[in-house]
Amino acid sequence: MGDLFDKFDPIIAEKAALLATGVNDPFNLVMEKVHSPTEATVNGRETILVGTYNYMGMTFDPDVIAAGKEALDQYGAGTTGSRVLNGTYQGHREVEEALKDFYGTSHAMVFSTGYQANLGLMATMAARGEYIILDADSHASIYDGCAMGNADIVRFRHNSVEDLDKRLGRLPAEAGKLVVLEGVYSMLGDIAPLKEMVAVAKKHGAMVVVDEAHGMGFFGPNGRGVYEAAGVEADVDFVVGTFSKSVGTVGGFVVSNHPKFEVLRLVCRPYVFTASLPPSVVATAATSIRKLKHAHNKRQHLWENSRKLHSGLKAKGFKIATETAESAIIAVLMPGQEACARMWSALIELGVYVNMARPPATPAGMFLLRCSLCAEHRVEQVDIIIDRFVQAAEIAGIPLD
Amino acid sequence: MAHTRDTILPKLMELIEPLNRKAITLTADTSFASDLELDSLTVMDLVANIEDEYDIILPMNLLPELETIGQLADAVAKIVNG
Repeated sequence: MGDLFDKFDPIIAEKAALLATGVNDPFNLVMEKVHSPTEATVNGRETILVGTYNYMGMTFDPDVIAAGKEALDQYGAGTTGSRVLNGTYQGHREVEEALKDFYGTSHAMVFSTGYQANLGLMATMAARGEYIILDADSHASIYDGCAMGNADIVRFRHNSVEDLDKRLGRLPAEAGKLVVLEGVYSMLGDIAPLKEMVAVAKKHGAMVVVDEAHGMGFFGPNGRGVYEAAGVEADVDFVVGTFSKSVGTVGGFVVSNHPKFEVLRLVCRPYVFTASLPPSVVATAATSIRKLKHAHNKRQHLWENSRKLHSGLKAKGFKIATETAESAIIAVLMPGQEACARMWSALIELGVYVNMARPPATPAGMFLLRCSLCAEHRVEQVDIIIDRFVQAAEIAGIPLD
Repeated sequence: MAHTRDTILPKLMELIEPLNRKAITLTADTSFASDLELDSLTVMDLVANIEDEYDIILPMNLLPELETIGQLADAVAKIVNG
């Protein structure tokens, strides 16, 4: 009789071999205490966090926390229900109003996670005989949503306007098409040429969705994302986003100006068949979103931090995935899995937390130490991070240029 | 010239040969997963190259059904002539 777990043996063996080299497990870390958006206790050690996607540092904002506590007292710990039954409270309405105001759209729909927002939109918007055209480096939630639906799925080469144009040109002119783009691609921290890509999508009569998970809060005059900075708001049909990065809590959303948008509340299964967010979560999200709209100084400081870390690490001889700091993600390239894990482990021992990323999450088989900056990082913290990267490289035996 | 399975098969083998790291003999029955052991990223590149060669779209959702080079040749022939 076969053990259904046998198929995972190669993964179990790979992990065991990696841990046998004596490194800390990069995928089994516990934050024992969290002191601020940028500091935590890990393995009993005071640690600077530079791998949390907490871009705008809203997790400990006093107004955000107060709103959450008040909602917890007034509405209880959870809704125990779907948004379409007993799970829509006043707070869910209010956070959708806050989103509509932030994005300047006529509709907003809140999901329980960003993953579910993508899952729902992809699986629902394109049906049999219709097409989803997506960037090869799209997030897993986009791929999973495509796998859940019945549309034909077409990939184009990452960020290639020409490849998108060519593939759209091969599809039947009359068929419904949804082009899926991301503002910031989270593995390498590179941004999409949205102005050109959206123009090509519209030329072929496709609808366009842009995932701004990693762009919300600090791109564009109102912090709406890369699509706002690119000036293509009028041609983007849907924006997908998350509360678990710049907003500082958890949840996902889609905003749109389409007159028929509200029907999605009835037909989108990842919206209907799950419990809604707890009242405290939507209250913190609404408060955070309203504050993000006016967070101009924070935005500016976040960009300064990102540019400083990029140029600092580059000057010390680290290889970075992007030529310049295109977003708040700075991805440091490592020569291979073992070297990457040794370097990650050395950084943890020195009190710096970054994300280790590896295939299949990364493109082209890359191993990355991914830093994400926070508007609450002090300049001195960024200096310390750069110093500790240099020390860790020496400990881990990583050659620098 | 019309493309048939007989013209497509050698062209596919030509496109697959650079990915044939184990240097096995390619036939219509060669399997992508168990014989060639191609990872998903390599498959993605291969699919893009085939699409560009024949100016077609090979939808991603069709791929799990195509286990061998011969089955892929049949699918390409059907799309090209469809």
